[in-house]
Amino acid sequence: MSTTTSIDVASSNATLRAFLHGLPGVDRVGADGRAAMLGTRSIKTTAKRQAIDLAISMVDLTTLEGADTPGKVRAMCAKAVHPDPANPDVPKVAAVCVYPDLVAEAVPAVRGSGVKVASVATAFPSGRSSLEVKVTDTALAVAAGADEVDMVIDRGAFLAGDYLKVYEEIVAIKAACGPAHLKVILETGELSTYDNVRRASWLAMLAGGDFIKTSTGKVQPAATLPVTLVMLEAVRDFLAATGRKVGVKPAGGIRTTKDAIKMLVLVNETVGDGWLHPDWFRLGASSVLNDLLMQRQKQDTGRYSGPDYFTLD
Amino acid sequence: MVWRPTLPRDARESVERLAVRKTYKLFIGGAFPRSESGRSYAVTSSKGEFLANASKASRKDARDAVVAARKAFGGWSGATAYNRGQVIYRIAEMLEGRRAQFAAELVAADGVSAKKAGELVDAAVDRLVWYAGWSDKISAIRGSANPVAGPYFNLSSTEPTGVVAVVAPPMGPLLGLVSVVVPVIVTGNTCVVVASGRAPLPSVTLAEVLATSDLPGGVVNILTGDAAELAPWLAGHMDVNGIDLTGAAPELAVACEQLAAENLKRVIRPPDGEIDWLADPGTGRMTAFLETKTVWHPIGV
Repeated sequence: MSTTTSIDVASSNATLRAFLHGLPGVDRVGADGRAAMLGTRSIKTTAKRQAIDLAISMVDLTTLEGADTPGKVRAMCAKAVHPDPANPDVPKVAAVCVYPDLVAEAVPAVRGSGVKVASVATAFPSGRSSLEVKVTDTALAVAAGADEVDMVIDRGAFLAGDYLKVYEEIVAIKAACGPAHLKVILETGELSTYDNVRRASWLAMLAGGDFIKTSTGKVQPAATLPVTLVMLEAVRDFLAATGRKVGVKPAGGIRTTKDAIKMLVLVNETVGDGWLHPDWFRLGASSVLNDLLMQRQKQDTGRYSGPDYFTLD
Repeated sequence: MVWRPTLPRDARESVERLAVRKTYKLFIGGAFPRSESGRSYAVTSSKGEFLANASKASRKDARDAVVAARKAFGGWSGATAYNRGQVIYRIAEMLEGRRAQFAAELVAADGVSAKKAGELVDAAVDRLVWYAGWSDKISAIRGSANPVAGPYFNLSSTEPTGVVAVVAPPMGPLLGLVSVVVPVIVTGNTCVVVASGRAPLPSVTLAEVLATSDLPGGVVNILTGDAAELAPWLAGHMDVNGIDLTGAAPELAVACEQLAAENLKRVIRPPDGEIDWLADPGTGRMTAFLETKTVWHPIGV
């Protein structure tokens, strides 16, 4: 990678295009094969126990439904702080993730626990609105107390080749975030190729995103292993090129402990254990937490657990 | 000229067609997977001749089967009793159509005569029809309108227990299996069955019958392998609500019953002696995995 600074490449659509299209292409078969190969690693007993606890501490416990109520958000926050109330040595999760209007409900519910509050913003999940609306959406979420903002990129502009528009939007949202961390959702399920995923990752990182996130969870396929692999390679190369470290958050479709552990293996083998920390790697999910807790209980008691013994959401 | 491999004329004439052998797999969630462990074991006839290799299920297959059974429970228990009866009658129809195949398998597995094997298949079909008829009647004999001293109606009705593990009897690979599985599902439970380890092949063929008879995937899951290995995992599983230990050896049954106590599973203990599967089964196997829901309904207000 060259030492070109982001200011140079982002001076016009032509320079951005030249830079992004100059990135090496992704070998699709190779990426699929490597992700599948790493997915066969066997993690057992004490290593599995550590992986489960690490995965729990990386979860962004998420509820992004039209039917979200204040009560549901408060219940989820209680679960985020004490995932298994009967077992105090279960670590707390990294963050809760809600819609902007429910941030004010979540903030007091997790205060003092160390659990962060993340809010989606920028006309989530489609991102189809004007820049003014998106910036205001972000500012309101931050004003309500969000520690992290999960924005969506304008996929329409990206696919049409208007990279500068996407770039400037991310820059504007980053400015509106102030001290809050910015996660940039690429919605890889709509980008159709791994080359596009790599380009969108670089674009988001050049524009100042603190995290790159795979998906909204509203589009299938969401966080597949190969897509996460491509994004991890992008943050690794970006660190080497610029010295700035960016986090990764696969979100959507991670439902089982096995899925979560495969992700951790992928992180360790691609970017190393520097990313095996909630500050640098997150799992956007909701149902995976119960599976992690069930597996943890299986290790404690020696008997398979069931969903009856954990909260529904 | 292109060279082609040729056989000597006399060899070509003696080549016989190779029979296509069936791979006997598990039945989980309506699909036929191999064991997660990749293990299999040789199944022999009553005379000790090799019959086939059957999958040897592991505890993880048992876990997957419980997940499939739990997933199927909502739909199956929510179906009307009439509909469940129809589905079970349909199983009988499918089984009747495979009468010859099952009879041949019973002759191979148990060494019984062809006539006796045919009778056993007929009895299994009749047992299905008999239980199918019970689907919308069991709540009439087990539910009640209770007289209470107060301004209330008090109505009790039956509800299925949930996911039931079944250790099928080692003897009676078809009739015995049908006789323990059908009473569990007819009331709306779903089940995970550990088939007879000695003669598992009819259970896999029965799974093919189930898969083609409108029974939703996951209502019946059939594992072949070692009951002593699998049953304790099912007995200890917190998401299993009942266990039928009919086919468990005495020491295994005691261990399983102890494990089952942790989440208060309903348990059927193994019988003291041989069971005559041809005898009238009664309703005991259905009522063992039923709960009673009582609703208090105010009147005169």
